Parts: sequence; C-alpha cells; structure tokens
Amino acid sequence: MDWLQQIINGLGLGAIYALIALGYTMVYGVLRFINFAHSDVLMLGAFTAFYVSPEIEKLMGSQSVFGCIMVFVVAAAVCACIGMLIERLAYRPLRNRPKLTVLITAIGVSLLIEFTAQNENVLGASPRPFPQLLPEHTIHLGRLVVSSNDILTVVVTVILLIGMWFIVQKTRVGTAMRAVSYNQQAASLMGVPVNRIISFTFGLGSALAAIAGILYAIKAPGIEPLMGVQPGLRAFVAAVLGGIGNLPGAVLGGVILGLLETIAGGIPGLSNYRDAIAFGILIIILLVKPAGLLGRSSVEKV
Amino acid sequence: MPFPGAKRWLLLGIALAILASYFTPHCNRYYLGVAIDVGIAIILATSLNLINGHTGQFSLGHAGFMAVGGFFSAWISLNVGEAVNAFWYFPLSLIAGGLLAAAVGLFVGVPSLRLRGDYLAIVTLGFGEIIRVIAQNTEAIGAASGLKGIPKLTNLGWTFGFAAITIYAITALVNSTYGRGFIAVHDDEIAAESNGVDTTRTKVTAFITGAFFAGIAGGLYAHHKQFLSPTGFDWLKSVDIVVMVILGGMGRTVGVIAAAILLTLMPEFLREFSQYRMILYALLIILLMLLRPGGLFTINLKRRKKA
Repeated sequence: MDWLQQIINGLGLGAIYALIALGYTMVYGVLRFINFAHSDVLMLGAFTAFYVSPEIEKLMGSQSVFGCIMVFVVAAAVCACIGMLIERLAYRPLRNRPKLTVLITAIGVSLLIEFTAQNENVLGASPRPFPQLLPEHTIHLGRLVVSSNDILTVVVTVILLIGMWFIVQKTRVGTAMRAVSYNQQAASLMGVPVNRIISFTFGLGSALAAIAGILYAIKAPGIEPLMGVQPGLRAFVAAVLGGIGNLPGAVLGGVILGLLETIAGGIPGLSNYRDAIAFGILIIILLVKPAGLLGRSSVEKV
Repeated sequence: MPFPGAKRWLLLGIALAILASYFTPHCNRYYLGVAIDVGIAIILATSLNLINGHTGQFSLGHAGFMAVGGFFSAWISLNVGEAVNAFWYFPLSLIAGGLLAAAVGLFVGVPSLRLRGDYLAIVTLGFGEIIRVIAQNTEAIGAASGLKGIPKLTNLGWTFGFAAITIYAITALVNSTYGRGFIAVHDDEIAAESNGVDTTRTKVTAFITGAFFAGIAGGLYAHHKQFLSPTGFDWLKSVDIVVMVILGGMGRTVGVIAAAILLTLMPEFLREFSQYRMILYALLIILLMLLRPGGLFTINLKRRKKA
C-alpha cells in the first residue's frame, strides 16, 4: 500500500467533488436551498459532451486541445441554459412558499430528469463508453503513477475556483449575488434585479456541474443516466463539510472527502463500506460542527 | 384531523381482516397478493405521514426502517421460527422487527433535533443508504444475495389487522393532548418551544413511532414476498412512500391512505406503462407542489398556514 499514490488518486477524485460542491454552494448561498437536480445537470453535461464531441472532432481534428476546450464550453453553455430553465419553471413560482415545498419540488425535478433520461426512447439506461477527448499520458515519478487526466482535473478545478472567487468578490454581478444572499428583500429595494441574479447563479452553477460531469466521465468507465447521483450526493456532503455557502470551503470539503474515500478504499476491511463513508462523515459533521469547517455559525432570529 | 369513533373503526377493521383471511384460500392468489401489498403500503404511508406530515420532519429514509424490521423478523423466522408455537411467534417476530427499527429510529431522530428541511432529508437519505450498505455486508442476513426461503406467514388478517392498529395508534397519538405537540412542531417550531412543547422529545417520538410501524411493515413484506434483497430497500423505495404521503396531502390521514391504495393498485393496472411510472411520479410531485400543495384529495380550501 503506497500512501502517496493513494493521496494522488484521492486528489484527482476530490477535485471533481470540489467542482460539483462549488455549484451546490453557489446556489445554496443565494437561494438557501439544495438544488437536488444539480447531480442530474452534471449527467446532462456529460451526455452533451458525448453527443457534441464527434461533431467537434470533425471540425477540429481528433483529440486536439482546442477541440477539447470547445466541448467543455458547449456543454457548459447547454447546461447553463438547462439550469436556468429549471429555475424558471420549477423553482421561481415557489419563491415565497415554505422551504419544504421547494425541497420536494427539487427532488421531483431530479427524479423527472433521471427517469426521463432512463427511458429507452430518450437516452436509455445502459452505460456507454465516453470518447477520449485528449490523449492520455501517465507520468511515472519513481514508484508513483500520475495520470494526465488527474492533472487536468486539478488544474481545471483551481482555475474555476479562482474564476468563481473573482466573479463573486470583484464584479458587479458578484456584489449583487452577495447582496441577494444576505437579504433578498433589501437587495431588491436597492435596485438589484433579484430574479436575474438568481437565474445567473443557477446558470453558473449548472455550467460548473457540466464541466465536473465531463471530468467525471473521463475517469468513469462509461456514462449512464444515473451517473450523477453518487458523485452528487458526495459533493453535497463535501459542501456541508466545508461550510455550505462558502466557496473555499466547498473545495476543501471536496478534497478531504476524495482523499478519505480513496484511502478507505485501499483498506481491506473498509472498502465494502465505501458508500457509507460520505454519509457517516456528514452525520458526524452535522452533529459536531453544523456550520462546517470554514462556515460561520449563525443564530436564527425570530 | 378528527377521526370520530376511531375505536369502533379499529375493531371493525380487525374483525373484517380476520373474517376475510378465512375466505382467502378460495381467492385468486394474484388478487390476494395485491391486497396484501395495499395493506403494507397503508402501514408504510401512515407511519411516514406521522414523521413527514404531522410533524413536518421531511424524511427520505423510510425504506431503511422497513429494511431493518424486515431483515430482523425474517432472520428470526429462519433461525428460531420452527422451534416455537407457529401462531404467536409470527406477530412477535414482527414486533421484534418493529422494535429494532424503532431503536434505529431513535438513532436517526437524535441528529434530526439539530437539523431542518433539506439537511434532514439528506441525512435520513444517508441513514437509509448506510443501512443498505450494512445489510449488504452482513453475512447473517445473506449479505448481497439477500435472504431466501422466508416462510410465507403474511395473510390478509395480519396485514390489515396491523394496518388498522397503525392507523388507530397514529391518529389517536396525534389527536391526544400530547400529540398536539406534533402539529405545533410542524406549524412553527419556535412558537411551539416557547409554549412549552418539548420539541426535541416530540420529534424523536415521531421518528420512533414511525420507524416502529415501518419495521412491522417490513416484516410483513418479508413474509409476503419470501425473499429480501438489500437493493430492494434503496432510496427509490423511500421515494415511493414519500409520493404516497405527498399525493394524499401531508398530515391528512384519510388522503394518505387513499393515495397508498391508489399508488399500489395503479402499477398493477398499468403494466404496459411501467417504464413511465417513475416519470409520472416525478411530474406528479412537481405539479402537486406547484398547484395543490395540500394534496390531491383535499377538499377544504382552508389551507393550514405553514411556517
């Protein structure tokens, strides 16, 4: 058992969880609810890439860097539209309803996407091989093996985290997002177009999900309509672990979860319980530090 | 929800169920099986209604409680069953399964004290998955391949007898002075707490009671299907039960029972549309939340104001 190797593998997995968790956290920050459909937008992103990449290969030649970037951009754009559409149709009419109603609707949207996609007339339930977007290299460092895909994942995550941080902290839209997150009513009184900002946040979160979906699909053996469920749940745990609503927290949580899961997978007795680890961590963190590692605890006012 | 003459209904229900079970050998086995499915669904939906509906604690782990009760009572049947008196040990094994599920409910209820809404939904979902993973890795209950050859002991009498007891116990509990606390917690937790309702205890009681009856339903299910597989208790099974509660109107006993009957019978009549069943469920959830958040069968328009 080579611990360093496990840590490298764990970082690759953790970076994907971190990307998905970023999307959860952004939507939660603005609307204070968990977008259950996030994991299905991730799946749709992977499928968009699956259908788009042969077309782009025809234009750009196979496995070119620019073509790969195009695939990411197209999938992100398509998913951003899907995300905004979901928000417009399902969540916006419920803006002033009890939180439970919105939560149940979100579960409904998630199930609707999953089962529509599983229908044999739509995408079908059987897994399909994901095309190789970039030539894969493995780099040997002594006894360690690093895959170029893992490096790609980590690099993309770091770039997107910095990008998100920039958008939220330094731009006008970001200021508006923070205002909506702080107090929706006051923000709208100050002339912030609340609906547009929420729509934008959903678009951004869904674009992140699409990119995470492609990165996940590159690692996974195949793509199928339920591929988003497991990483989605784990990324949610990661977001809570880091402190939901907190961007660096989401990344930290994702990386911790990825590492723990890979290391536990390497221990013989524990590997069968891999699926339960994320939820075990979630329960412990909610009992011990409900605000998450980097989150601030807030007092609920009456 | 007022339920006049509940005791009479209970006795009538049990009497009818016992009477019906005497005639069952002459009935069509397929219809009999469906009828038992309906009874089990009623128990599950009514017990989840206590947690999700009356108390307002959204739980997505009901299948987990069902699995605990089902596996435990099936394990009792397979290991102890033949040595003891055949008539009484079955209900006792069901109750044992229910008690173990209730103990697990206590375990789940404790974190629920600190969590609300979406967090609770995810945590209960997580508990359900943890129970499934543990079941898949426990040799004593067959691990991943499941339990086979469970004796067929469930009949109409036991199923509807327990269904009647479940409905009676839960309505009586909610209508008691103590049970008003459930509805108070549902309506406004802070207001309830400041009026002297022990919200912690109320929520845990709801979880334990709900889990107990789900465990019994699991035991009935095990001795009805004669086969249990851990994968049968994944979170989609929980969603099935949640849909019944939402469709019937959260906190409305009669509506939930009607929805349980409807949603159990519907797939039997619509066999050729089975691949569209879950799509339909999902659409139903969304449309109900958008248009009729009080449930499909709610007639009175005076909706309870939710916090």
